[in-house]
Amino acid sequence: MSLSGKIAVVTGGSRGIGRAICQRLAALGALVVVNYVSNPAAAEETVKSIQSAGGKGEAVQFNVAVAGEIEEAFKKILDAHGRVDILVNNAGITRDGLLMKMKDEQWDEVLNTNLKGVFLCTKAVSRGMMKQRWGRIINITSVIGFAGNAGQANYAAAKAGIVGFTKSVAKELASRGITVNGVAPGYIVTDMTRDLSEEVTNTIKGEIPMGVLGEAEDIAGAVAYLASDDARYVTGQFIHVNGGMFM
Amino acid sequence: MSVQEKLIDIIAEQLSVDKDKVVPGASFIDDLGADSLDLVELIMAMEEAFDIEIADDVAEKITTVQHAIDHVNKVAG
Repeated sequence: MSLSGKIAVVTGGSRGIGRAICQRLAALGALVVVNYVSNPAAAEETVKSIQSAGGKGEAVQFNVAVAGEIEEAFKKILDAHGRVDILVNNAGITRDGLLMKMKDEQWDEVLNTNLKGVFLCTKAVSRGMMKQRWGRIINITSVIGFAGNAGQANYAAAKAGIVGFTKSVAKELASRGITVNGVAPGYIVTDMTRDLSEEVTNTIKGEIPMGVLGEAEDIAGAVAYLASDDARYVTGQFIHVNGGMFM
Repeated sequence: MSVQEKLIDIIAEQLSVDKDKVVPGASFIDDLGADSLDLVELIMAMEEAFDIEIADDVAEKITTVQHAIDHVNKVAG
């Protein structure tokens, strides 16, 4: 499996699952644009880890919730590299709270970043991919988007929204050699899950047949497959990487 | 280069057809083999080339080469 010569953009690539995806795509030969919004040091660390492994990467700051920033950033990326072959919509946030107590802002923030951001970034690369008759769009959803989770109605709605979006765009772009798929992580060891209490973590483990949390690299492997030529006939699909917790 | 010549170039390129097939009476879908995505791309290419905005309801009515020429002449000419 080689991604040599491909240009990849990974949103939310500075930390966690996004970082592992960046590292894996770069290890397979892609030039990886590591997007970040608030933590340039973490993004630089991701880029350095790519470069010290002999890969090509660069950090680009933009907020996927802001249309103007996306437009400007993708223009620069296209000017610099001429094309985007692989887009991984990975950026995501959580603003948890029970429905009864959830504020409008919590809903809007999560929907804007996690769902509207996917729409905007996908739109930004779609024209170029159509022209070149090759593209890979990989959306990171979540087991929560399929199974739901108390306290995450906003996050679950956004992640389930990605599912419908992915299938629709897969149908629209299939005739142009562009595949649009998703990866649905279960509970993965990242900053997002590290904050959970030991009690919660143990409860989660009890729901996972494999009995352990996943690693970011487990997600990166699924993304790498979908980005490759091996997956050329796969579109509108989701790979669940969750240790069996949801089937 | 006239509007017509420029448009014919754009249409031939977008739809990957020979320029001599891009005659005024040609329908994008029936004669030039375009699908709905091709039409969206074509309209976007016209907007870029002539620095114009083509609203969706106007774009729907641009179904032949002549329609495209007429529209660009009207708004950009």
